Amino acid sequence: MGGMTTDLKLIDEKGLRLDGRRPDEMRPLKIEAGVLKRADGSAYVEWGLNKVMAAVYGPRECHPRHMQNPERALVQCHYNMASFSVDDRKRPGPDRRSHEISKIISEALTHVVFTEYFPRTSIDVYIEVLQANAGTRCAGLTAASVALADAGVPMRDLVASCAAGKVADTVVLDLGKEEDNFGQADIPVGFVPRTNEIVLLQMDGDLTPDEFDRGLHMAVNACKKVYEVQRDALKRRYAARAVDEDVPAPAEEKQEVA
Amino acid sequence: MGKDVIADLKKDYISKLLAKGERVDGRKFDEMRPLTIETNYVRSAEGSARVTLGNTQVVVGVKTILGEPFPDTPNTGVLTTNAELIPMASETFEGGPPDQESIEVARVIDRGIREGHAVDMTKLCVEPGKEVWIMFVDVHVLDYDGNLFDAANIGANAAFKTAIVPASKHGKGEDYPLPVLHQPISVTAVKIDGKILVDPTHDEERVADARLTVATIETGNLCAMQKGLDGAFTLEEVFKVTEMSRRIGAEVRSKF
Repeated sequence: MGGMTTDLKLIDEKGLRLDGRRPDEMRPLKIEAGVLKRADGSAYVEWGLNKVMAAVYGPRECHPRHMQNPERALVQCHYNMASFSVDDRKRPGPDRRSHEISKIISEALTHVVFTEYFPRTSIDVYIEVLQANAGTRCAGLTAASVALADAGVPMRDLVASCAAGKVADTVVLDLGKEEDNFGQADIPVGFVPRTNEIVLLQMDGDLTPDEFDRGLHMAVNACKKVYEVQRDALKRRYAARAVDEDVPAPAEEKQEVA
Repeated sequence: MGKDVIADLKKDYISKLLAKGERVDGRKFDEMRPLTIETNYVRSAEGSARVTLGNTQVVVGVKTILGEPFPDTPNTGVLTTNAELIPMASETFEGGPPDQESIEVARVIDRGIREGHAVDMTKLCVEPGKEVWIMFVDVHVLDYDGNLFDAANIGANAAFKTAIVPASKHGKGEDYPLPVLHQPISVTAVKIDGKILVDPTHDEERVADARLTVATIETGNLCAMQKGLDGAFTLEEVFKVTEMSRRIGAEVRSKF
């Protein structure tokens, strides 16, 4: 955690947080699929004050070739923060934090993609953080799953992601920026709702086993809500695509016309 | 390609044994390999330790220099952790700039000691906002047989215990022991065929589906965690690993 001290009252007398949320309340989440024209698949996520874009290219030939796996596709995520996405300008380009995030997001996504369908290829997932306000890796993973589905990459399920944590000795959901800076713990979670599996898990701070238990359950329940928003975004995308591309309406509607 | 064929063969062998409740080296599923710790191994470092965990061997060195604090934490020292997976330690390690694997190792070790408050960083301030001690924790892997996370974590904790702040060298008064607060011990487990094993060897790591590292402090509280690899854990498995880590972490701590 940030480890800094503050005079801010992270939880007020009514038990509400800085932005008025209850401890188990998520920030508003909006997802849109298919926002970029060139990419094979894309998604935009607005999560509280986070703005994150994800694009998918592939499956395509894997370079360098020695990276190729003769049995599977490689899911390669590239998480990047724009220099203007944070208060102090961030030096452009990958740093150690982004390398680590790229790695764990790649691993989480690999679990759900049918990589065995595309041997020797690479499925490249680009996550671009345009505006950051704590929880960008969860927003990035959430966006990346939708972008993969939008690209038509066969998957077992979507990965949904949300963090829980601890501020002012209270277990809370989906930490905001001040809560992240001055809080006591953070637990980002990536979850596969259909199989009840955890594919991304990190933690830092100080938690009793009981607090961790409650935090993890809180995050997993939130992932199930994120999942609904992801599915809704994909449904809207495909409904829109049907109109765009003049795809014949489903059979039952045709019968009505007749 | 050849590597994968070998991994497949090894996986069969490891799986067959696991089904019988056994591991290749005869350990129980929740048993660490033999651990040795040798502190003050390198004289030129302010603190150091050589750790062997089974056949895995690492040297951790602490170097301390004077420097500027970060603007948002003017009263605390700076901690920097690096891991060098040098080619000497394994045929799979390559020279050159750090890759994702060594960055992950360094960051997970860093998270454990930082979040577990191994060192009281507030006591490393010389002049608020101007001058603080900057600690470099460098992990050198000499021989790689799996579970770098825990070997290096133990090495860092051991190095801190005997480290000094070299104040006299910099004309800042007398040397004093590094202010150690806690011993955050990490324990790593992997999942193979749905079974959970602690302290994986290199072969076990290669065939593992998922990995989970959990660091705990003396109180039994959790301070850091990292899940890795393409596989997944159920909630029950996560709680099982955290409980194992608390118990085994206490055992490891008692060896210091």
